[in-house]
Amino acid sequence: MSSCIWLPATRPRRGRDAVSPGRLLAIAFKEILQVWRDPRSLAIALLMPLMQMVMLGYGVSLDIRHVPLCVFDQENSQTSRAVAQRFVAAGWFAASARLGSDQAVHEAMDRAACIGAAVIPADFSRRLDSTGGSPLQIVFDATDANTTNIAIGYAQGVVALISNQLEARWAAAHGGPATRAGMVDLEPRVWFNEGLESRYFIIPGVVAVILALVGAQLTSLTVSREWERGTMEQLISTPVTPFEVMAGKLLPYFLIGIFDAAFCLLAARFWFAVPFRGDFATLLITTALFLIVVLAIGYLISVRVRSQLGASQVALLVTMLPTTLLSGYTFPIDQMPAPIRALSLMVYPRYFVTILRAVFLKGSGLAGLIGPVLGLVAYAVVVLWLAGRAFHKRLD
Amino acid sequence: MSDSAGPAVLAEGLSKSFGTFTAVDRLDLAIAPGEVVGFIGPNGAGKSTTIRMLSALLRPTAGRARVAGFDVVREANQVRAHIGYMSQTFSLYGSLTVAENLRFFAGIYRVPPAMFEARRRFAIAMAGLEGREDALVSTLAGGWKQRLALGCAILHRPPVLFLDEPTSGVEPEARRLFWELIHRLAAERVTILVSTHYMDEAEYCNRIALIDRSRLVALGSPGTLRRRELGGTLLALPCAPLGAALAALRDAPGVAEAAIFGDRLHVLLAAGGLSADDLPAFLTARGVSSGAARPIDASLEDVFVHLVAGHAAAARA
Ligand SMILES: Nc1ncnc2c1ncn2[C@@H]1O[C@H](COP(=O)(O)OP(=O)(O)OP(=O)(O)O)[C@@H](O)[C@H]1O
Ligand SMILES: [Mg+2]
Repeated sequence: MSSCIWLPATRPRRGRDAVSPGRLLAIAFKEILQVWRDPRSLAIALLMPLMQMVMLGYGVSLDIRHVPLCVFDQENSQTSRAVAQRFVAAGWFAASARLGSDQAVHEAMDRAACIGAAVIPADFSRRLDSTGGSPLQIVFDATDANTTNIAIGYAQGVVALISNQLEARWAAAHGGPATRAGMVDLEPRVWFNEGLESRYFIIPGVVAVILALVGAQLTSLTVSREWERGTMEQLISTPVTPFEVMAGKLLPYFLIGIFDAAFCLLAARFWFAVPFRGDFATLLITTALFLIVVLAIGYLISVRVRSQLGASQVALLVTMLPTTLLSGYTFPIDQMPAPIRALSLMVYPRYFVTILRAVFLKGSGLAGLIGPVLGLVAYAVVVLWLAGRAFHKRLD
Repeated sequence: MSDSAGPAVLAEGLSKSFGTFTAVDRLDLAIAPGEVVGFIGPNGAGKSTTIRMLSALLRPTAGRARVAGFDVVREANQVRAHIGYMSQTFSLYGSLTVAENLRFFAGIYRVPPAMFEARRRFAIAMAGLEGREDALVSTLAGGWKQRLALGCAILHRPPVLFLDEPTSGVEPEARRLFWELIHRLAAERVTILVSTHYMDEAEYCNRIALIDRSRLVALGSPGTLRRRELGGTLLALPCAPLGAALAALRDAPGVAEAAIFGDRLHVLLAAGGLSADDLPAFLTARGVSSGAARPIDASLEDVFVHLVAGHAAAARA
């Protein structure tokens, strides 16, 4: 080095712990470079949403065969027996028992001897012959909502087949097409889980789970990585403020999170064909809120647990456990015991799952979602406050 | 305040306990602006703990300290704005390039954009990394890493520098280069407290603070320490066999310490016992052949061995 340009010491500005956008951006930019060059973080940021979307998204629509089905044939005619046989013939259902009373149906379902019961009314063939149509009831135990969803789909398929055949027979006998579309009306009755909708119901929950998982995983590494590599000691020896560290570290992951959210939501809409009836602004605002909550939770864990492995495991626990168990993604909340229902109020993914379903399926806007949105806001405020306080610029 | 004529670093009764263990015990230290003070002591003596308290990274359990005129507890962030710190473990970002690390720390220290380019060039030149601005820091060898870390730590031109073993694990040539940088900074009146395990580096300091078992046991210039701290005359005594000579001298009147140094003994004589001229006769009488005893300058190593041994004895008593 030829010339020594030792400039006179500049006096650092005296502004007392004022937030410096420059410092905040320096941290954010550094964080982006680190993630970009860290295969593990990159995989979590970009690959995990894809893999989870495939795994969880298709997990709910796994091909389930031989669903145990009981039959309560109140008529016991040739036609009704043929109909019952059709369910088994398709290979989707396995006939486990023929039952003789409502009481027996209840007992069989309680014993889990079957998860569905086809109830053929006593006037089944008479109504078919006279009016050209008859209701057929299938009762489902929806404790396992996934299986039930799929079983309902199968039942609808079977009933459509039966309808077609009966229609053809009716046309041949009466010399003309049936007046009503569909000879047999399937009336799926869902026990323990009234009003269960299709798997459209589940995909938005999957999106929430993925965002919680990925968001918290990413930020759980951000502070613990610096403790592990020794860079934190250097960082806290500078005038950087805890708020700048938090905001600077959350910002890049927020952008990644928005990217992942866009990916998952587009997949939900166009790949899994979940109808989207809501508006984009509501989706964006609520998704951003949810991301802030999960990112701040991950950050909080990262500050508290100073090893990357430990932090990522704790993050996995506090995101996966509550989201899958309590968010209503698999188990509808209404059907849970009251104490657990109360507990699930504390669980942030619940709000987002509710919001996503409403925005997607019902087309709800912010105003209609004031409850869960306020729940998320409260969560965000509390978690950010805790996270902001958790970080100390001391080694002890 | 920071620009007054007072000491740049002032510690009074500075102490740190971890539970019941005292890592630093009532340390007093004043460092004048522009002074280079070497912090020497065995492993676990409390060097890093002291430096961390002065850098506002650890809260003292007793005593107080001011750095650049600011209290390390009450004005911690002012202290942080006025110091450069290099921790004992390398702590730049390995997955960032040389230029990216510099830009990051310039951002963190709020180096005005108008000054950044000049300081960046200065730091790169200082580290000898011209042309390697885009190399990932993890790919650099030790000496370059450490010089770059120093470059990052002074981007904001702090008046006080705390360097915790900046040359450990670095080859001798790189160590020499690093000390050249330290002296260049000192010439600009930067105050520097630097810890080291290398005795030869202690000689480069204006003053040396020797810390042992959490206590400051000596403080002074290398020359002063050599002259004063031994409390006697150091002699080189060629003799054979060395083992027998050592055993004989251990109980001799006036011999404070004796140790083997190569083919001779170093003997420390206190006043009031044997004199230098008596030694050959004393040994010959005990069956050891001996040449004439010659007074020598103590090395700092002699002094530290002496001080640490004395401190250990005092601790046992
Ligand atoms: N956070 C801590 N908790 C408990 N004990 C600690 C802590 N930090 C340091 N110590 C202990 O305090 C003593 C002094 O440690 P310190 O790191 O200051 O020594 P040092 O002089 O820097 O040693 P070295 O030359 O090995 O770096 C050691 O015994 C160490 O084990
Ligand atoms: Mg140390």
